[in-house]
Amino acid sequence: MDLVQPATWAEALTARAERPDLLPIAGGTDVMVDINFDRRRPEGLLDLTRVPETATWSVDDGVLRIGAGVTYAQVESDLADLAPGLAMASRTVGSPQIRNRGTVAGNLGSASPAGDAHPPLLAVGATVEVESVRGIRQVAADDFFVGVKRNALEPDELIRSVLVPVTGAPQQFAKIGTRNAMVIAVASFAVSLHPADRRVGTGIGSAAPTPRRAPQAEEQLAGALDWDGRGPLDPSAVRRFGELVADAADPIDDVRGSAAYRRHALAVLAARTATWAWDQHRTEVAS
Amino acid sequence: MTATGTRARTRGGVGESAARPDGGLKVRGEFAFSSDLWMEGMLWGATLRSPHAHARVEAIRTEAALAVPGVFAVLTHEDVPGVNAYGLEHRDQPVLAHDRVRYQGEPVALVAADHPETARRAAALVEVDYAELPPVTDARAAVRGECEPLHAGGNTVRHVRIRRGDPTASAPVVVTGEYEVGMQDQAFLGPESGLAVPAADGGVDLYVATQWLHVDRSQVAYALGLDEELVRITLAGVGGAFGAREDLSMQVHACLLALRTGRAVKMVYSREESFFGHVHRHPAWMRYEHGADETGRLVYVRAEIVLDGGAYASSTPAVVANAATLGAGPYAVPNVAIDCHGAYTNNPPCGAMRGFGAVQAAFGYESQMDRLAEAVGVDPAEIRVLNGLTQGDHVATGQEVDSAAPVAELVRRVRDMPLPPPTGTDLRSLPGGVANTTHGEGVRRGVGYGVGIKNICFSEGFDDYSTARVTVQVVGDAPVASVHTAAVEVGQGVVTLQEQIARTELGIARVRVETADTRVGSAGSTSASRQSYVTGGAVQAACREVAAELVSRASIASGADPATLSLDADHVVDLSGRRVASVVDLLGGEEVVERTVEWRHRPTTTLDPETGQGSAHVQFAFAAHRAVVDVDVELGLVKVVALDCAQDVGRALNPGAVLGQVHGGSAQGLGLAVMEEIQVVDGLVRNPSFTDYLIPTVLDMPPMQVDVLELADPHAPYGLRGVGEPPTISSTPAIVAAIRAATGLPLARVPVRPEHLTGT
Ligand SMILES: Cc1cc2nc3c(=O)[nH]c(=O)nc-3n(C[C@H](O)[C@H](O)[C@H](O)COP(=O)(O)OP(=O)(O)OC[C@H]3O[C@@H](n4cnc5c(N)ncnc54)[C@H](O)[C@@H]3O)c2cc1C
Repeated sequence: MDLVQPATWAEALTARAERPDLLPIAGGTDVMVDINFDRRRPEGLLDLTRVPETATWSVDDGVLRIGAGVTYAQVESDLADLAPGLAMASRTVGSPQIRNRGTVAGNLGSASPAGDAHPPLLAVGATVEVESVRGIRQVAADDFFVGVKRNALEPDELIRSVLVPVTGAPQQFAKIGTRNAMVIAVASFAVSLHPADRRVGTGIGSAAPTPRRAPQAEEQLAGALDWDGRGPLDPSAVRRFGELVADAADPIDDVRGSAAYRRHALAVLAARTATWAWDQHRTEVAS
Repeated sequence: MTATGTRARTRGGVGESAARPDGGLKVRGEFAFSSDLWMEGMLWGATLRSPHAHARVEAIRTEAALAVPGVFAVLTHEDVPGVNAYGLEHRDQPVLAHDRVRYQGEPVALVAADHPETARRAAALVEVDYAELPPVTDARAAVRGECEPLHAGGNTVRHVRIRRGDPTASAPVVVTGEYEVGMQDQAFLGPESGLAVPAADGGVDLYVATQWLHVDRSQVAYALGLDEELVRITLAGVGGAFGAREDLSMQVHACLLALRTGRAVKMVYSREESFFGHVHRHPAWMRYEHGADETGRLVYVRAEIVLDGGAYASSTPAVVANAATLGAGPYAVPNVAIDCHGAYTNNPPCGAMRGFGAVQAAFGYESQMDRLAEAVGVDPAEIRVLNGLTQGDHVATGQEVDSAAPVAELVRRVRDMPLPPPTGTDLRSLPGGVANTTHGEGVRRGVGYGVGIKNICFSEGFDDYSTARVTVQVVGDAPVASVHTAAVEVGQGVVTLQEQIARTELGIARVRVETADTRVGSAGSTSASRQSYVTGGAVQAACREVAAELVSRASIASGADPATLSLDADHVVDLSGRRVASVVDLLGGEEVVERTVEWRHRPTTTLDPETGQGSAHVQFAFAAHRAVVDVDVELGLVKVVALDCAQDVGRALNPGAVLGQVHGGSAQGLGLAVMEEIQVVDGLVRNPSFTDYLIPTVLDMPPMQVDVLELADPHAPYGLRGVGEPPTISSTPAIVAAIRAATGLPLARVPVRPEHLTGT
């Protein structure tokens, strides 16, 4: 197996274009598992961990730019205020060892329906910035997941960064697993409030062939919230929100859980997270 | 037998938490496990396994695999020189499948190559023509004789019948229930692995992680067609066992490849392969009926238990006997009728796992005790106190319990321990943990109890012994004792224990424990919580013979009465502790005092085939748990908040190691209660990985309060009672009882899944 280790982002893009047979590797927490389990035997690896440009994050004009090399551990510790939903999701990924190596970009690269970064990115309306020697493209998170474990990347493209709007408003993420840590999501859900434009964002994980939003639920809740008076959430509206989220899912029965449980759990998670987010919004605005 | 008392000066003896020689190495990642074995020029073996649960093998073609550069050998059943059969109790399992495969993962062909990946790739090129057969997957139908027989003699591996008192007794209060236990895996971390080295004399040296070297040897020799003396086995570093290494895995395979190629051959299973490479805990179906008087005192227990043994017998006969003989639990019951059947099916083979039949039965009888408590309106702890066995009572087989049986006391102790604080707000303390599924919504607390009974050592008249060779010699001006046994260290601490016993018995500080191998006689299996008892007994006895020789020499030299002399701090001392002679002087330089002892526990009897009556067990051990759980009843997620235990260990030879066993055993029981299951559909395993076979993490297992009782058993060395299995048995039913208390649901199956709690 070849190992190509570009020292700059430009070199990485060139290598990607010239050697499409090389598998990019960031934290390796998916790639190495696939290699060890003999599910994948690439001609070689394109190691992105020595590229300095993508190892950092920055904020520019209300948008948080998370470089492809930023790990979950960094998101958890540095970005809890700027990207609260993503930070909460990051905290649930694997174990400390995995969070020290694994990256959001790697999660997007694998595009698993169970990837924990995806629901909060969908909910907040993030954009994936991809680049090749041909140029830069910006792909909405909503358009990024195109099939089971398939994403919108072209063969010569790399994920350069993830652009996350800084909303300053509450976001929540919750994930069901049958263990209290180190577990792949049986179902997960993210919600994001956007009071400025009176919008609600959602993201569903592990309950459809791809991560997806629940557009009807978003509309319903946005319409039901008392944005002006900041009054409490109507219990029937929360319940309805849960039902619409469950309806938006398309789960299957598998070893991790039944389809019926996934739907049920999504309804519960949606109602709880929406309540937490709204209550937080009410107290923050009040104080 | 009397305990010798702890000596004042020779440190690190019996009763101390002596440090383990492997502890630091393991924590630092420096311990050499069997998967780390290496020899210059060695080849790598790989196994081709059946993808089908049941099929006829019509043809095997090896040409394509043999043609791969780097491949040295491709072997099939035709290449097994001895008898193509192995097994712990019945040799019914082929080394390599011949005309039929009976489970998914059954080995069919072997490859040796100069690189592990070459070996795997070549194995995939072996062409096998299978004609699929309908798999037998329903153990109950199998034992009823409703399925095609998978072995000559039908699909019942064993039926044990227990009849005590009046089998038709009636009672005013009757509770019945049906219960199921899913297939648990031992989930050890060190995959099956070893290195076989061909020897000049036509034999083979095998370095392997296993549980019983001598039984491995006899099976390997039988399959290879070699005299046992030509098969020499040395223990390699074991990465956990829990019963899963009692059956052979790669032992014969590596030896076959080594003898064929004339090269050393290493085999290491991958994690996924490991799930197919060892037996699992028997899934169980149980129907129980308990009759009691109005106060809750038991009048009778009737039960039918079916254990799915899978495709081959393994240790199913003994597991069946345990589930049957211990099926009424740690309770005094005058009338018992239990029928326990072990089945052959095309499911994965099941055999030994920590708790060994007692685990399954305990989930049944303890669930029943809670139902009974409810029916008569008493507290679950009280019903156990009321019915608990005490010394002098008789168990279901009629055997008298002739040492401590503090069942009521253990229950009282866990009941009276402080309860955990109320549900907190820290996410890590809530069901779902940092996955942020609840901030307290839907969370209900429940408390539950479990008590279990386990037989220690091998039962039913088995000639259960261990061999110890102890020598004392002078090395560098100081006496050194060395202890050689074939007792397998699987992480439980038997190496340390041998050192401790030698220090205590010989009063010699420097003790070396030799690597376990077949150059010394059998130590029996590291299972049935028996090594402290049996190998401990053998080492104690051999040390005492050596000590007697040294004392006798000192007595002759000094004229003192040998009865007044003992060993301490490298000297023979008199009753006042005054030094009479040094061991160095008694040995006079070159000499070595050596004694080898074969030590047996007291004999047991077989079970009467009609009534199951008999004194079949050596010793009974008991543990009790109280579990406290928080359940998110809307999401069906469980957080075990407390799992406290009281256990009688007779005598804690190494208190730290005892606590380790209680913690680990309890965690394994927690796993069975709420998450661990090999999911099998139509004979096929759906989750052969640690991604989907979940075992508890540190955030699932609460810190424990442990109360260790030391009520010496006068029949056992130092009064000890086997420790390893009891905590695994009672923790599962305690946790499920607590979940029932929190939810009000009947919960008749483990592991409890979120679907069971939410009705989805
Ligand atoms: C024990 C364990 C526990 C885990 N737990 C979780 C969990 O709880 N939740 C969860 O979501 N995941 C989990 N994972 C999966 C994994 O950690 C995540 O998917 C992680 O985000 C992958 O990131 P990485 O940097 O390690 O990616 P890598 O393994 O390096 O790469 C993953 C994929 O992304 C591609 N890739 C990486 N970087 C780029 C780039 N810049 N441009 C284009 N393609 C790229 C790679 O080619 C590969 O296809 C777990 C994995 C393990 C081993």
